[in-house]
Amino acid sequence: MKPALTEIWVYLSASPLLHLTLTVCAYLLGDWLFRRSGRKPIFNPVLMAIVALVALLVLTGTPYPTYFAGAQFVHFLLGPATVALAVPLYFNFSKLRRLLMPLCVGLFAGSITAALSAVGIARLLDASTGTMLALAPKSVTAPVAMGIVEKLGGPPSLAAILVVSTGIIGAVIGPTLLDWLKVHDPAVRGFAIGTTSHGIGTARAFQESEEAGAFSGLAMGLNALLSSLLLPVLLYLTGIV
Amino acid sequence: MVSSAANAKDLPTLPGLPMLQSFAILLVFQLIGEAGTQLLNLAVPGPVAGMALLFTAIALRPGLGHALRSTTSGLLQHLSMLFVPAGVGVMLHAGRIRQEWVAIVLAVVIGTIVTLAVTALTIRALAERAPLGPVETEDE
Repeated sequence: MKPALTEIWVYLSASPLLHLTLTVCAYLLGDWLFRRSGRKPIFNPVLMAIVALVALLVLTGTPYPTYFAGAQFVHFLLGPATVALAVPLYFNFSKLRRLLMPLCVGLFAGSITAALSAVGIARLLDASTGTMLALAPKSVTAPVAMGIVEKLGGPPSLAAILVVSTGIIGAVIGPTLLDWLKVHDPAVRGFAIGTTSHGIGTARAFQESEEAGAFSGLAMGLNALLSSLLLPVLLYLTGIV
Repeated sequence: MVSSAANAKDLPTLPGLPMLQSFAILLVFQLIGEAGTQLLNLAVPGPVAGMALLFTAIALRPGLGHALRSTTSGLLQHLSMLFVPAGVGVMLHAGRIRQEWVAIVLAVVIGTIVTLAVTALTIRALAERAPLGPVETEDE
């Protein structure tokens, strides 16, 4: 009995199916808990899924590359999902035209603030250059941020974690902070959340309304575009690269 | 750019394409985006270029947007799940995070709050100066 079980475990843990299934189930469990909690921001489904999966991998002694061999199928969908953002964007375009100038300036301000605030704080606290490089694109959607950091010679996988953390914090704090600042226009709320917290923020903004979600998705796309042009220059000017 | 428009025109403007066909369209646009940015040596990431191209195609052919809508809203509903695999990568950096956690936590938390506030307040300040409202809706 026991050796048979071990054999099955060895077989399954080597196939991508196990970790793909675990990823989807951990997220669904997190989402269920989130809804059961009455959508309390701290019960963020992504955060809970990550904590559960890391605990499981550490307990079973599974290395990350083994996990990623299965999870990559989920990770891959980030590309088509980014392309898909064009659809809600189109259906909210009339509102975009109305706010075109304020949004462009806001994007520029947000994009520069995101990079400089994070790198500046890290530098004040004597962080290493690798950490500063990985922090710079933390408001940019994961696949793009990883590309930027890799080009600059930083650690892309650390960048991915900082991106996800920024997304979760923006999703958790964002709506409350914006209420507190008395920003009520769904387009402005969505755009600010998307500029700061990319796809995770966009997922949160879609819960507020389709309009907020569309603007968040737009901001995420534009920030990815702008940051990939701006960050190398910004980091060069601050003397980090 | 021309090729994406041609692509979109070949499609019938069906009200609601089946999921697989919609997914194929998304992949084709991503592929054109990836190939285009590689060929032209652009700093823009492929999927973002794909999004811009798909947006252009829908603007030229709005039926395409309606056809894709059910699939894309399904995909975007679970957008945050797609970040889980990258997030689990935190385990690769336990050592560095243990050493620099104060700087990392403060940079991420304060940076995020400041960025949100700066973006939202900039937009609101500028939008108030140029008053909103249905003043210039010529098309309705």
